[in-house]
Amino acid sequence: SPQVVWSMLGNRQFCSYKMTTKTQNFCRNEYNLTGLCNRSSCPLANSQYATVREEKGRCYLYMKTIERAAFPRRLWERVLLNKNYEKALEQIDENLIYWPRFIRHKCKQRFTKITQYLIRIRKLTLKRQRKLVPLRRKIERRERRREEKALVAAQLDNAIEKELLERLKQDTYGDIYNFPIHAFDKALQQQGAESESESDAEREEEDDEDVDKREFVEAEDSDLSDFEDMDKLDTSSEEEQEEEEEVEKEVSHSKSKGKTPLKGPARRKRPYIEIEYEEETEPTTKTKAA
Amino acid sequence: PPAPQRVLFPPTFSVSEIKNKQRRHFMFLRWKQQQRKEKLAAKKKRRKEREALGDKAPPKAIPKTIENQRVYDETTVNPNDEEVAFDEATDEFAPYFNRQTVPKILITTSDRPRGRTVRFCEQLATVIPNSHVYYRRGLALKRIIPQCIARDFTDLIVINEDRKIPNGLVLSHLPDGPTAHFRMSSVRLRKEIKRKGKEPTEHVPEVILNNFTTRLGHSVGRMFASLFPHDPQFIGRQVATFHNQRDYIFFRFHRYIFKSEKKVGIQELGPRFTLKLRSLQKGTFDSKFGEYEWIHKRREMDTSRRKFHL
Repeated sequence: SPQVVWSMLGNRQFCSYKMTTKTQNFCRNEYNLTGLCNRSSCPLANSQYATVREEKGRCYLYMKTIERAAFPRRLWERVLLNKNYEKALEQIDENLIYWPRFIRHKCKQRFTKITQYLIRIRKLTLKRQRKLVPLRRKIERRERRREEKALVAAQLDNAIEKELLERLKQDTYGDIYNFPIHAFDKALQQQGAESESESDAEREEEDDEDVDKREFVEAEDSDLSDFEDMDKLDTSSEEEQEEEEEVEKEVSHSKSKGKTPLKGPARRKRPYIEIEYEEETEPTTKTKAA
Repeated sequence: PPAPQRVLFPPTFSVSEIKNKQRRHFMFLRWKQQQRKEKLAAKKKRRKEREALGDKAPPKAIPKTIENQRVYDETTVNPNDEEVAFDEATDEFAPYFNRQTVPKILITTSDRPRGRTVRFCEQLATVIPNSHVYYRRGLALKRIIPQCIARDFTDLIVINEDRKIPNGLVLSHLPDGPTAHFRMSSVRLRKEIKRKGKEPTEHVPEVILNNFTTRLGHSVGRMFASLFPHDPQFIGRQVATFHNQRDYIFFRFHRYIFKSEKKVGIQELGPRFTLKLRSLQKGTFDSKFGEYEWIHKRREMDTSRRKFHL
């Protein structure tokens, strides 16, 4: 009898469907109506029981009666519910007429919940689905390694610099940069001795232009002597420097290629050097107390 | 203890048989030194021989690299190829290269982007001129595309995100142009780049496309080129580089300065990332019914280590 079953399974002995948590007991039985482990919701401890379950989007009403308790195969009677929500509720009512109120009520509640989540599923499948693609670990590792090696082989900085210099040579930048000395050498070789004087004159003109424009001239490594003047005469010392440079035609590079950070546009001033002043304080003389 | 000059060992002795770790390590170091000495001596001898022969010496052996040994791809583009030139004059990028259209780019992400992706999108928008970032908010791409075309966008970039890092890029040329789907890796935001410069300015950068040799590479290169306006402003001195090496496309954004006519300094600003092409589709983004020009099929294409497709 159901009372005996409940006194065994519910409280004292072991029920394999029962799951206990800190606050509640759950029932894992698939025919359970509420999902909790109660005297009134245990499908094993009630000889007259009903549930609503859904399969592949269709809802069924399952019923269990005392008459069929001896035939486990025919124990649960299944009724397909109507797709229409109200009609299905009427169906539940007419099938569970004269059944306890609790079971009827819970059946309808469960049916409502099920239809709601079925609607949600249908709506979500219409929207974009996120497709999860499993990564293959070996392949991921392989790709990463190959990428690193390709990066090393690429030598990006060198490639970019080479490309930029190529473009400079091919005159894509036009007149912005003022050192076509390379082109001049080529012109020299091509035209020969006669035009050398002409190119010399041009070169002198170039020098004059450079004096006025003062663009992209290297900053020399400054000596101390320059420093003494630097604070007093700022622009005039620069002028002197540049003229010196042009006369000597030496270009000294104060920075290595792209390793130290350039600060925005060309630094025409000398590299910034901090001047620290040390002051020695004489130790206070101790006077003996007489 | 210093290594003795002549060491006598039983003939079947190997360093790895010594059980004591310290001694074994020591013996191994000594063996290594010996090997190095022998190698150096051999090198010197070879150099002397080469000098002695003078002109008659055999030419220096070129070391084999993967790029040297690359399997010849029959779709490699010859610069003088007329057929290719004709194709390119009539393909979807022709209006861009004829300067009829100005690129206008829409950058967006997948649903619910995390902070890193959002910041990456913003930085990408500063790098690419005339680009706008819009949030996705669950809109379907197929419905965005007609709207974009209506608003005169020329390109659409979708950055796909997984576990808070961007890992995919879909680049679609809009008035029914090709769609390229890349896998994106090693994304570095601006603040993670060491020794970087200031922010990229509004000037139009130059574009460098390196090593796009095959037909496929050519079309992908043109796709990248069409993102940027045709006339770079050299005053800005900024350059965006897409460098293809062994099918990995490295993107860098630099500011350059010419120190002399033979020396240039570059300083990296802007984000960096690497792309690997996964598929190229003829029309705009359509994963189910689209006509794919090229898909990366792992089983077939990854068999040889010397074969590259871009």
